[in-house]
Amino acid sequence: MLGKTAGGLYWMSRYLERSENTARLVEAGQRIALTRSSADDEWVSVLQTAAVLSGYRQKYAEVTREQAIDWMLRDRDNPSSVLSVAESARNNARVVRTALTREVWEAVNECWMVLKQALARRVIERDLPQVLGTIRQRNAFVRGAMHGTMLRNDIYNFVRIGTFIERSDNTARILDVKYYILLPSAMAVGSNLDTAQWESILRSVSGEGGFQMTYGQQVRPREIAQFLILDKRMPRSLSFCADKLRDNLAYLSEDYGTRLPSRDLADALCARFLSCPIEAIFDFGLHEFIQDYLRATAALGRQTEVDYRFYE
Amino acid sequence: MTKENCFDEMWGREAQLRPPYVAFDDWLKGEDPSRLRRKQREAEEVFRLTGITFNVYGRAEAAERLIPFDIIPRIIAGREWARLARGIEQRVRAINAFLHDIYHRQEIVRAGRLPVEMIARNAAFLPQMIGVTPPGGVYTHIVGIDLVRTGDDDFYVLEDNARTPSGVSYMLENRETMLQMFPELFSRNRVRPVSNYPRMLHRSLAACAPAATTGTPVVAVLTPGIYNSAYYEHSFLADKMGVELVEGHDLRVVNGRVAMRTTQGYQPIDVLYRRVDDDYLDPMNFNPESALGVPGILDVYRAGGITIANAPGTGIADDKAIYSYMPDIVEFYTGEKAILQNVPTWRCSDPKALAHVIDNLADLVVKEVHGSGGYGMLIGPTSSKKELAAFRDKLKAKPGNYIAQPTLALSTVPILTNAGLAPRHVDLRPYVLVSPEGVTITPGGLTRVALKKGSLVVNSSQGGGTKDTWVLEE
Repeated sequence: MLGKTAGGLYWMSRYLERSENTARLVEAGQRIALTRSSADDEWVSVLQTAAVLSGYRQKYAEVTREQAIDWMLRDRDNPSSVLSVAESARNNARVVRTALTREVWEAVNECWMVLKQALARRVIERDLPQVLGTIRQRNAFVRGAMHGTMLRNDIYNFVRIGTFIERSDNTARILDVKYYILLPSAMAVGSNLDTAQWESILRSVSGEGGFQMTYGQQVRPREIAQFLILDKRMPRSLSFCADKLRDNLAYLSEDYGTRLPSRDLADALCARFLSCPIEAIFDFGLHEFIQDYLRATAALGRQTEVDYRFYE
Repeated sequence: MTKENCFDEMWGREAQLRPPYVAFDDWLKGEDPSRLRRKQREAEEVFRLTGITFNVYGRAEAAERLIPFDIIPRIIAGREWARLARGIEQRVRAINAFLHDIYHRQEIVRAGRLPVEMIARNAAFLPQMIGVTPPGGVYTHIVGIDLVRTGDDDFYVLEDNARTPSGVSYMLENRETMLQMFPELFSRNRVRPVSNYPRMLHRSLAACAPAATTGTPVVAVLTPGIYNSAYYEHSFLADKMGVELVEGHDLRVVNGRVAMRTTQGYQPIDVLYRRVDDDYLDPMNFNPESALGVPGILDVYRAGGITIANAPGTGIADDKAIYSYMPDIVEFYTGEKAILQNVPTWRCSDPKALAHVIDNLADLVVKEVHGSGGYGMLIGPTSSKKELAAFRDKLKAKPGNYIAQPTLALSTVPILTNAGLAPRHVDLRPYVLVSPEGVTITPGGLTRVALKKGSLVVNSSQGGGTKDTWVLEE
């Protein structure tokens, strides 16, 4: 496989994952805004979580709901807006067209066609739930086509690596922005405000149902941290993502018959961050932990790019 | 010209249904026009979803467009095709012999059959190719011969495409779409298949592998990238052949071979089907500004380290000024009369011809010698007085830049319009593969159709469409 193709697959998957994550963040932000009184602050943290706040500030002086949503969903000046990443994903898919099955290519192409249409104009509040649903549904189609039609070979491994680098980054940033409401000291408070925030965190990773199945009705910060960081059954937890990264890099090593530094980094990621109880993480400092984790996955991503010659 | 003197491939000149269309017409009579129009819209949806688009240069807002597809097939009888195929093979063999000759001994010039300035002062002649014999002796691995028809037995070659003929993906996708939408038509008619073209292409390219090849030849397709107008086709062909689609920045010269950067290091390529023009192929040997090519590839090529398809320098064979000599070229190299006719052509570099062209401009088609894609051409009968006057000035300023031909009464084939079936002018581009194993011609080819009533311009860049082209079993 061409190095460029590996890179194209990796970035296509990152962009697809990002569009869905962004839609989910907007949904959680909208939800909390609707259930609380003055909530424009919430959009600051939503923008921050999506890592698009600094770009937003360059364009707008104040943070408002309409502008934040528009910036995240459809502003061409924002390279991470859903519209921008849908197009980037599709451009990457065109570059790697020969590595994709017809079904996957058509799903990515149709995703772009449908989202371009849905996001052609500013989304009015009444249409927002439907538009967000469309974004998630289109991504689900792509994922389904991948799952059902792709060979489990190096092509698939690069797709998976891109997906889980992006996903683990997203979950870690949600925790990074909201870590202070998950600290043990916050537990004592437990006001309605906190409960709403806790629910919002779960919502932004589509984790409400799964959490309830595992921990019951009572939402507590310790369990949320446990669920999002260490629970191996939760497909958006840091632990789940790290395992998948390690597995896929191991498959590549076996397939190519060479062990490269990225594989060591992935092993280290799992060993260093995700094989301890949640109490140890709180003792270490949740914020510091997340910061370290974000740095480690970024380094892993860069090393993968080098090891598999994505660029010249 | 008037519609009456045109030959219609379905109805002839006298509204008499022609034999190849009998079974189709039977089917058509039982079809509801609204169903056909619905099918037409479905076809467009299929094309859009598949991403069968082309990029239009200089139009940001419509960067990707569909080439309109018309669902009424063009049908050619087996007998008609057999004669065409003989003529095409003869012509393509002559083109290869001609290219070998002009880059070696230039016997045709010595024999006085071609003026030396046609080569020496021709921008498409590559001095770097003098004395170079490509692997297998093949210059034009892939050729597209543009044909037009004016009557039952009257076919003319309009152009030879010996550089990088495009459009074959449309030929294949048009057929796939028709098979999906009208399976019953293919049960009623015995249509010769085209779907093995990618396999034949791969086989033909592999058969031209260079001496340096070890093991199974590694083939790759070189594209300028996703913004090229024909990118879809490049990825389509690479995909169907099961080979890598590479860009210049994926390649470099390693140990005297051209190699591609893979996830496991550099791997040599044996045969490169390049869809990049000569000028951009090698910044060290040609245009130093090119970012699309591979520095040093021509040196590897000359040393026998890689096959480039088509060979550099083949453009001289499809030059429009050389075209006018094609009947002589065919006769010179094959010892036979050309089976396919040339359109009578005036070379404006000749003062007598220029005078004739200027006097009769309103009846002629004038083309740039090095132009393609329908850009920069003049169609006399449909041009205004002002356009004609402006073109006269261009002709006088640079006569050597132009050739002129009579406007032919191109045949028509029906298309589906909102008002039912209506005749439109067509041409035909069959695709020809050349290897040491022989010449392979895919039955049919790409039919391009001018969608505007009365229009003679079929180029997709100028609003033309395409049709599925059937060759019936004899």
